[in-house]
Amino acid sequence: MHPAYSVILFTTASGAGYGLLALLGLTGASHGSASDFWFGAVSMLVALGLITAGLLSSTFHLGHPERAWRAFSQWRSSWLSREGVLAVATYIPACLFGLLWVLPDSNESLLAVLGIVTAILAMVTVVCTAMIYASLSTIRAWRHWMVVPVYVIFSIATGAVLLFALASVFGRSGIPALGVITIVALVLAGLAKLVYWISIDNMKPIYTMGDATGLGGDVRQWELPHTSENYIQSEMGFRVARKHAHKLRVIVGACLVAALVLVWAAFGFEGSSAPVFAVLAVVLSGIGAVVERWLFFAQAKHVVSLFYGEQSV
Amino acid sequence: MTTLPDTTQPGQKKLGLVIDLDTCVGCQACAVSCKEWNTQGYSAPLTDLEPYGPDPAGAWLNRIHGYETGDGDNARGLHFPRSCLHCETPACVTVCPTGASYKRAEDGIVLVNPDTCIGCKLCSWACPYGAREYDQDDGVMKKCTLCVDRIYNENLEPEDRKPACVKACPTGARHFGDLGDENSDVSKLVEARGGFDLLPQMDYKPVNKYLPPRPRRDKAGGVKSSPLETVGKGDGSLAERVFSWIDEVLS
Repeated sequence: MHPAYSVILFTTASGAGYGLLALLGLTGASHGSASDFWFGAVSMLVALGLITAGLLSSTFHLGHPERAWRAFSQWRSSWLSREGVLAVATYIPACLFGLLWVLPDSNESLLAVLGIVTAILAMVTVVCTAMIYASLSTIRAWRHWMVVPVYVIFSIATGAVLLFALASVFGRSGIPALGVITIVALVLAGLAKLVYWISIDNMKPIYTMGDATGLGGDVRQWELPHTSENYIQSEMGFRVARKHAHKLRVIVGACLVAALVLVWAAFGFEGSSAPVFAVLAVVLSGIGAVVERWLFFAQAKHVVSLFYGEQSV
Repeated sequence: MTTLPDTTQPGQKKLGLVIDLDTCVGCQACAVSCKEWNTQGYSAPLTDLEPYGPDPAGAWLNRIHGYETGDGDNARGLHFPRSCLHCETPACVTVCPTGASYKRAEDGIVLVNPDTCIGCKLCSWACPYGAREYDQDDGVMKKCTLCVDRIYNENLEPEDRKPACVKACPTGARHFGDLGDENSDVSKLVEARGGFDLLPQMDYKPVNKYLPPRPRRDKAGGVKSSPLETVGKGDGSLAERVFSWIDEVLS
């Protein structure tokens, strides 16, 4: 599948934003008001900023962005529509939570309820994003039970690294629970992706050119219907990154391991260097997530490629 | 609304095409007439980008592939027109976030409303048959309409109320009708010739059917193929040896 930059940016940026938002909601629910106004305000702005930037970038690849509001209407059948509805719905408890969280003397139980609701809606939105892909039976690598868990764990891991970095910048790198959550999330993200890659690499083809054309047996293509590449080929027949798949996978793994080591280091050096390590960890986990998402698209083979010379998928 | 209409009722009208892979000669007349009609009809414009440049591109609703099956004496080439199959359970409709993509309850035709399509392309991802093409210039998805603006058009003569591709086919390889009615001509044709679905295991339940190529005539005892190189009867007669000597000298 053709990896559109806007969709990769959307899923990774909003994923990290929702991960951060969920963790902030849980922090507020368990610890009450933010310990520092600026830490709370900047964290909320980063989370909502990433989500908003992601959602806006997702409209860039539309043929008619001005009609994007229509996408809220078909939540009964469409995961894309459900995602849009939930993304907008999440803003309401998130903004209320953010306001109560940074202000002093807020009602603790109200804060806890809003924090938990925000965290749940944020994660359900990420699940909807993943289901847009996981619901397509035409792309076997996407209709895979690991797709939703991988989206959720990458969202939490990149969000946790962000929260860790924000805490470090505001002089709070030594919180053991946050360090542990961040490291565990990074390890789980790497493991989940590894399981997914091994699984799709061992997937046996189930559809052949003979099934697609109904002619059965050995079918070969001898003439394309058109003299230059058409939409179907450029959108569904993308294969540039496939040949670099192995190297790109190593890069994803290396980025996650490096981010983990940097978080560990920031945790150990509770001094002026901690924020530098933590911010570097954000950059590396971000690169890892973007490359992972690129591969998610580029390595996915569409059933329609059977009509264009692919023998089996 | 992108939820599907209930089309399981007996007698439900299912308009569609039956395409005969035996008689299709790959002349592209159906594709050209489709383009010509639809670039001025319901789907207008069907944009071409740089049509006379080195790398022309554009949206077409019908594409004619060429495939080859079998080996040696059994090898055969055939032409394979591919367009929307107006499936009974089309995921292209249910994934649409805006309701622009819909399946008509009255005749099962799958259409895109060009005024509400946002051009997210998700429907094209959901289609296993590559039936939907994105019009870069118009910013919306284009697909076969089964010439909905011809088949009910009372401004046309009754014999012209057929999809443009069916009208244009010079060998009668394309048939149009109600596949929900088991007594219709198209249903009888599918029954008689063993019409089949494409990728039935994906469970999109295509309405359009394809008719398989008939068995080769030489298998049925018709024309035998003989090697062209053999000269004479191979009986070693004087005449044959003379010709063989001349053949050697000239070779």
